[in-house]
Amino acid sequence: MIRDLVIVGSGPAGYTAAIYASRAQLTPVQYEGSVTAGGALMTTTEVENFPGFVDGVMGPVLMEDMRKQAARFGTELITDDVVEMDLKGDIKTVKDGSGNVVQARAVILAMGSAYKKIGLANEDRLSGRGVSWCATCDGFFFRDQTIAVVGGGDSAVEEATFLTKFATKVVLIHRRDSLRASKIMAARALNHPKIEMLWNTEVVDILGAEKVSGLALKNTLTGELSERDFTGLFVAIGHIPRSELIIGQIDLDNEGYVKVEARSTRTNLPGVFACGDLVDHTYRQAITAAGSGCQAALDAEKFLSH
Amino acid sequence: MATSKVTTADFDEVVLKSSTPVLVDFWAEWCGPCRAIGPILEDISNEYGEKLKIVKLNTDEESAIAIKYGVTSIPMLNVYVNGEVVKTIIGAKPKPALLKELEAFI
Repeated sequence: MIRDLVIVGSGPAGYTAAIYASRAQLTPVQYEGSVTAGGALMTTTEVENFPGFVDGVMGPVLMEDMRKQAARFGTELITDDVVEMDLKGDIKTVKDGSGNVVQARAVILAMGSAYKKIGLANEDRLSGRGVSWCATCDGFFFRDQTIAVVGGGDSAVEEATFLTKFATKVVLIHRRDSLRASKIMAARALNHPKIEMLWNTEVVDILGAEKVSGLALKNTLTGELSERDFTGLFVAIGHIPRSELIIGQIDLDNEGYVKVEARSTRTNLPGVFACGDLVDHTYRQAITAAGSGCQAALDAEKFLSH
Repeated sequence: MATSKVTTADFDEVVLKSSTPVLVDFWAEWCGPCRAIGPILEDISNEYGEKLKIVKLNTDEESAIAIKYGVTSIPMLNVYVNGEVVKTIIGAKPKPALLKELEAFI
């Protein structure tokens, strides 16, 4: 059986695409991902800026509700990973982790992004030994300790603020002299009695034999090196697009984001549309991802009707 | 067989003194990735539970054990053979990746 549409990925982009596509009776199949279902919002806490939620909403709750909304209109949700895609030609083929193959005339790519690593040799070795990418998962284990967060954007600031619930002190390490984070979140961190800012500073090594004991730091202005004791390091320096499965088949930019034709979600391949963090290195918000997911479904619907 | 719950009180009996390998899933309710791998571990337990017993330890309720085993990231999966940790897997992974990591025990 050849389907109309397969959606690869979940999160606000994928689920919104599914809501629109299923309401348009395209009966989409959606691969949510076996452990990545719901996307980046699954490890956040309160989302305060999604319109319509006056008192905010928990990220995982928002995703669970979008998922239900997609299911309500007939989206076939599959909690598995796509392991292979063939996007060229009129009929696209998607293969999942259980070996099932789905064929469709159109595909919406919404794989999102993954955490970026600093790229230090000791980062992997000490991962789960004090190095973490998920404050909401792991903050609890750093009660009454002094921990570091590296990064300067919304996620770094959110993690730092969240971690003050547990830690004695949180040091936010950023290589510039101002935060990229939104003003309201930055102000919250800058005024927080438990958060110390370490500006113009880069992490050059993570120290510790069995677990994290400290960081080697470099001042980006003076080049001066120093060491400081920490028992934990939370890395929040940004994201990389999860485009590894489609390299070589579709046009990507230098950083691996899928290229789309402006004011649409059309990729260079007919019938293949992309949305959410997979294409966006500018806005990266739940609402912009949802908006582009809607565009992708409408673009796909238009493509399929011709 | 289905996974079962382990607590501080029966950790010795169920895990350390077990005659077969035991995988302990250190998890918590508020941890999204932990909830994501829950059903995968349930599957693996149903398929391979005879060889590898899978038990779940709630780190909120049983923080003493979690601290003792140096848990700082969850989900953390420890495999115990004869009372010793012989394998540690950190973070949520898809089923095929978990099966590969666990192939020595199943």
